[in-house]
Amino acid sequence: MDITRFISTNRKLLLVGFLLLILIFVATFPLYARQSQVRVLTVILMYVVLTVSWAMFSGTTGYMSLAPAAFFGLGIYTMALLQDTLPFPVIIVVGSLICFVFALLVGLVTLRLRGIYFTIFTFGLVIFLTELVQYLETRIWNRHGWDVTPIGNATILYTMFIVVVVTVLAIYFIRRSRYGLALLSIGGNEEAAEHMGINTTMTKVLYFAISSMFMGAVGVVIAPNLIYVNANIAFSLIWSFMPILMAIFGGMSQLSGPIIGAVIFGYLEKTLRAQLFSYFMLGFGIIMVAVIVFLPTGIIGLVPMLRGKLGGLMARLQKGEQGE
Amino acid sequence: MPILEGQDVNKYFGGLAAVSHVDFHVEQGEIVGLIGPNGAGKTTLFNLISAALPISSGEIIFKGQKLSGLKPNRICRMGIARTFQETKVFANMPVFQNVLVGAFFGSQDRVSTADAAREASQALEFVGLSAMSATPIKDLTLENQKRVEVARALATKPELLLLDELMAGLTPTEVSEAMELVRKIRDGGITIFMVEHVMKAIMGICGRVMALHHGEKIAEGTCDEISCNKTVIDVYLGEDTRAGS
Repeated sequence: MDITRFISTNRKLLLVGFLLLILIFVATFPLYARQSQVRVLTVILMYVVLTVSWAMFSGTTGYMSLAPAAFFGLGIYTMALLQDTLPFPVIIVVGSLICFVFALLVGLVTLRLRGIYFTIFTFGLVIFLTELVQYLETRIWNRHGWDVTPIGNATILYTMFIVVVVTVLAIYFIRRSRYGLALLSIGGNEEAAEHMGINTTMTKVLYFAISSMFMGAVGVVIAPNLIYVNANIAFSLIWSFMPILMAIFGGMSQLSGPIIGAVIFGYLEKTLRAQLFSYFMLGFGIIMVAVIVFLPTGIIGLVPMLRGKLGGLMARLQKGEQGE
Repeated sequence: MPILEGQDVNKYFGGLAAVSHVDFHVEQGEIVGLIGPNGAGKTTLFNLISAALPISSGEIIFKGQKLSGLKPNRICRMGIARTFQETKVFANMPVFQNVLVGAFFGSQDRVSTADAAREASQALEFVGLSAMSATPIKDLTLENQKRVEVARALATKPELLLLDELMAGLTPTEVSEAMELVRKIRDGGITIFMVEHVMKAIMGICGRVMALHHGEKIAEGTCDEISCNKTVIDVYLGEDTRAGS
């Protein structure tokens, strides 16, 4: 039987089956896996959300945002401050809304900046929030960080998975919609986009806010797993850099790219870092450079490349057979 | 009433008057040419009409409505579409999606996905690029990229089309094809205002021509009047003739 034909004709069916497998895998994972492994999977899922939402805005419009840490940290702090007053699901919604509104305000001020200036501003935003929270803690609240009551690894995993599903579905529909096209056209040529009837400022600000909303949501969800948080943990720039690396690693032309990038990179980070520690970052850097040089379209760029090579090989083989 | 009218239009860049006291009008169904040496303010005038640049003083009126203070996206939705002197295509998309952007966002009303797709393919067919709709736009020649820009502008369903040096850099055959295209667009009911250096094209299709020099309007009239106008010959056409073209 011809495998490639089978795949192409039953694409939808295979996709549904694949998603079902993932669902079953995540749902049953806490039943047989160690607690530490459950936490690793949770972090991987967290990276998926951060990476996919970063790529949704920055990957399409070309406005390189270093702000994920700002919104992620806001989510963490929302959880830290509200943990005893509101139920967990409500805090997730509140945290997302806070990030949405905050991003709207930030976007209105900064999305007129282009290129490197926008990037620098978002970088400054993370540092500003770190300093601000540190100031509030030392001068006003008189404390160093906050304890967050653990909720249970399985609960966090399932909640994180729900956030992943919501985020990926939302972004899937955004990418397919006319607004996905609008974002892409801003990345292609902003001036032309504006002359084609697109309200570029409104579009940028709105989708920057939507992507920030998802980042805030995962901040809330991951907070109980951190047990203790302070400004340096919550607003660590690593939360900004990782999603960018993962998106570049996976490739941004399709939705699957950032997801694959986040899963592979997240897994490597969580497992290898424990064993190799500082050598890990070195390997990390080498892999990144190799990907950028040899696979500018990311890991998903391998698929058409391999398909082309395989196709050529198959054709040659078939020809060989006929020749005999 | 003219479809587009400019009253005492001025644009200053610092102390420099890029467009100075220009009055102009474009009537429904016309093809009006805008000529002048490099730096005369032709593209600046287009940028003022499409609101890429804010006007310093004066009024531009489209179908009786003042355009001052409006953003480019509003101008486009009102019915003025344009192309660019240096092509500004969406380099990260295939040809079809480039045109689809115009179809989705360029018209006054919300367009359904099916309608937008239909309009985009019609516009591509109109400019003769149907066969290339799936091609990445970067792989197209300059001439074809310019045609995509025209298709993209047409997909916004404009009443007035601003063409900024559509024919610059094209071979003589391509110029003839482009002239044919412009005529076809006008016959479809769209008024055209075009900046052009290729005099053959101006003389061939424009009903009326305006000449700018140092930001000021120095002449206006039919092609015959313009080509005999002494000032125009002195500052613009004469140079060309001496250059041997």
